[in-house]
Amino acid sequence: MTNKPARRKTHHIGEVVAETLIRTSGLSTIAFILLIFAFLAREGVPAFFEVKASVLFGTRWYPTEGFFGLWPLILGSILVTVGAAVLAVPTGLLAAVFVAEVSPRWLREIVKPVIEVLAGIPSVVLGFLGMLMLSPLVRQVFNAPTGLTAFSGSLVLAYMALPTIISVAEDALDSVPRAYRDAALALGATRWQTIWRVTVPAARSGILTAMMLGIGRAIGETMAVMMVTGNAARMPLTLDSLMRPVRTMTATIAAEMGEVAQGSTHFHVLFAVGIILFVITFLVNLAASLAIFQQARRAERLLS
Amino acid sequence: MAVLMDFSIPLIWFSESVLCVIILAVIRRVVLLTVVTLLLSACAASSTSTEEPATAHYSIQNVGSDTMVNLALAWAEAFQDEHPDTRIAVTGGGSGTGFAALINGTIDIANASRQIKKEEIDRAEANKITPVEHVVARDAIAVIVHPSNSVERLTLAQISDIYTGKITNWKLVGGEDRPIVLLSRESNSGTHVFFLEQVIRLGDSKSKALFAPDTLLLPSSEGIMAETQQNPNAIGYDGLGYVTPAVKKIAVARDAKGPFVLPGIESVNNKTYPIARDLYMYTVGRPTGQIAKYLEWITNPAGQKIVAELGFVPIDSSK
Repeated sequence: MTNKPARRKTHHIGEVVAETLIRTSGLSTIAFILLIFAFLAREGVPAFFEVKASVLFGTRWYPTEGFFGLWPLILGSILVTVGAAVLAVPTGLLAAVFVAEVSPRWLREIVKPVIEVLAGIPSVVLGFLGMLMLSPLVRQVFNAPTGLTAFSGSLVLAYMALPTIISVAEDALDSVPRAYRDAALALGATRWQTIWRVTVPAARSGILTAMMLGIGRAIGETMAVMMVTGNAARMPLTLDSLMRPVRTMTATIAAEMGEVAQGSTHFHVLFAVGIILFVITFLVNLAASLAIFQQARRAERLLS
Repeated sequence: MAVLMDFSIPLIWFSESVLCVIILAVIRRVVLLTVVTLLLSACAASSTSTEEPATAHYSIQNVGSDTMVNLALAWAEAFQDEHPDTRIAVTGGGSGTGFAALINGTIDIANASRQIKKEEIDRAEANKITPVEHVVARDAIAVIVHPSNSVERLTLAQISDIYTGKITNWKLVGGEDRPIVLLSRESNSGTHVFFLEQVIRLGDSKSKALFAPDTLLLPSSEGIMAETQQNPNAIGYDGLGYVTPAVKKIAVARDAKGPFVLPGIESVNNKTYPIARDLYMYTVGRPTGQIAKYLEWITNPAGQKIVAELGFVPIDSSK
């Protein structure tokens, strides 16, 4: 280790420079995330000391009058995200299976790029369409008081998450070795048995990543959600909550950050909301990573 | 290998919402520094280049009330036409946003559709900034419903009961049997604060009444117009200059005895329409130089003509 760099320096200075560059940019990712977390903690943690816990975990969010109840925001985000996941994951998975396994070659050549174009539509545009076209429809179809509801938010988010889920899951299915399918078919499995018992399970970790990336896009999305969910900070506890407006954590941060003075209690509470958002996404992500890890180990055992 | 790869995902997840806030905060700090340096250098420059004022360029940063943003833009354009050496940059965001920027020292003029709060003055003074108030126009806040709504008139007390959640069905105020959907601007809007103080709390400073938690907080005037236009259950409010003909304005009375008055330039001027307010511009200290010239021009007939053109109420005629 000690004499290696010296030898390289004499022969390949360019290589050393390139290596350092790559290593620095790799390590900087870690540095950035640590810095972000430090910044979040510095600005957000004071909120837990400035605001009484009973207020912070109350059910009323009206920050300009000192009501900092976070529950409506947390539950609002969870409701919209779970709704989006329930809509997007099965449809996305089925679409990916269709594109990768079932559709003829020529159709696939059309569908794949179209899906990738969908991913590029700016969220504001989707929010605008959701506000003007989707929400009146939701109000009429479900006979809700207003169309700006958690469900409209879930629909828009599901639509936004779909391209990610489909293209990543499709790539995962595509990278399953041909031999797996051939072997299954040779053993007498039908095409459907091959897909559901062999190809999809073999691509499981990639599919899980696809789902996580899709849901990740949904939970972090701000603009479209702010435009279609109505942003009413109510507790979504009743059965009809899906058809009522909600206020998400991201929309709250985006709507109120511009207004607050730096260093005020409200400012710190908004960062605390950011910390909670971070913790939630981290926990979900950790759980998913652990699930993949265990699957990988089981697969190794099976193969050995 | 797949496991290692998956640990990179938190960064992607994390990016959009939280990162955005951090970047905003950082940008704000950077902007503050830049503006301070620019101001300092501008001061230095103006003290040295007094001999050639004809070539001098003035730049005025103007941020704040969304209610006033079209008005401020129209003023800025007309003033720049008359004074080509002046550049006025107008941005919306809400009265609270304007005050925050004024307090942080990043702008010259804050537009506001409400008066500055005591805490905001305190914070400004902590930053060695004295906000000075100028009344630049008047405005009525119209209460609006869907055109098919049979309700024509409401008293202030009824509107207050509707927005605090005491009245939740249109039939209780003489309409059809339909749920009421409450629409409001976000809490950084001066219109929101004015409506809370003057309508929901009926001007009683001791009242603790709040918007019902079911109130939809929409990020823009356009959002309120779009929802009111298409939803027969909706009730909303907004500055008169933003109300489109596609929604119906409600005649409002101070109490049940009446008179019930529709919002308009005349009813604001003769003080019969109860939900009217002043619109303000706040400067950093007493305005000097080009900023003073701009504010004087605004309050003169030239500026006030634009006020009337945009559906607001000119100040001179209201006296």
